[in-house]
Amino acid sequence: MSFILVVGGGQVGKNVVRTMLELGHETVLLEQRRDRYLVLDEEFGHRVRFGDATELSVLESAGIKRPADIVVAVTGDDEDNIVICQLAKERYGVAKVVARVNDPRNQAHFELLGVGPTVSATEMVMALVQHEMPQHELVHLVNLSHENLEIVEVEVAEGSPAAGKRVEQLRLPETARLISVVREGNAEIAVGSTELRAGDQVLAILEPGREAEVRRLLVGAGKR
Amino acid sequence: MVGCGRVGSALAKRLHSAGWEVAAVDETEEALERLGEKWPGELHIGHGMDTAVLEAAGIASADLVLVATDGDNTNLVVAQIAKERYHVPKVAVRVHDPARAAFYSNRGFDVVSPTTIAIEALAELALGREPS
Repeated sequence: MSFILVVGGGQVGKNVVRTMLELGHETVLLEQRRDRYLVLDEEFGHRVRFGDATELSVLESAGIKRPADIVVAVTGDDEDNIVICQLAKERYGVAKVVARVNDPRNQAHFELLGVGPTVSATEMVMALVQHEMPQHELVHLVNLSHENLEIVEVEVAEGSPAAGKRVEQLRLPETARLISVVREGNAEIAVGSTELRAGDQVLAILEPGREAEVRRLLVGAGKR
Repeated sequence: MVGCGRVGSALAKRLHSAGWEVAAVDETEEALERLGEKWPGELHIGHGMDTAVLEAAGIASADLVLVATDGDNTNLVVAQIAKERYHVPKVAVRVHDPARAAFYSNRGFDVVSPTTIAIEALAELALGREPS
């Protein structure tokens, strides 16, 4: 059983707490808006505390010093989420933090300051929207920043160097692998003998920064 | 000068009089009222965490960045961005909460806590008198 501290009692925080409690984890929720706190108090009772979690005394009264195993910062303010995570990690020795990015333009700040992993609803929606577009080249689906890997989806373009070739014939970079191929709605795991065709939706796992090479191989230069 | 409230606008004007070239950043147009209609420096409207706004204000070549918006956490993040991302030689930031000010005090930028200053000043006034 872990001790989890969740900051921010909006839809995200509330549901994280519900799930963690169902899984049997000790969980405390912090909320700084009085009106929200009063509603949360009816559902969560002593598991929800009122206060500004960027105040050290509030974090301490919620038990962060034990220390918490995980701090989840999911308030609606990116600067608050950053400061909460910095305090948790650097002052209280919390091993793991998870932060919500509200404005995707702030993603770089989280990375610059070493706060992560992060989750951004906007980015996820954008990835899904692009994924659903009839013609797309390369879409970032998942960032595994701790593992320094990411999963992208690429559509094999008409006339691309990969069309008509088997996966084993592609000169993929060392740090990129194809995972699966979806053709006319049917998915299969990509193996060496899998033949690629124009229109295939390919999932690939790769090191960040290798997108251009993968794009060149699967999309080609011809079509943008 | 990021944050142009009472403190930021007064600082911007003072620095300008002292011969600095000053670019101010604030979220609202009201900053212009505080700077005065004759403000000869730049004013950029936008959020202090928006790098497009910071860059338009010239942060990449700034000698000094002062941060005094009304949010302690905004200030702390902007100060770290100025230092870590843009390598501004000197950065100073206002942080009301003394505890947070202390925690961020050794990161290559100066942290000023008006709360601590007020406590010190008032305590000195009080303790300078004999209790009656």
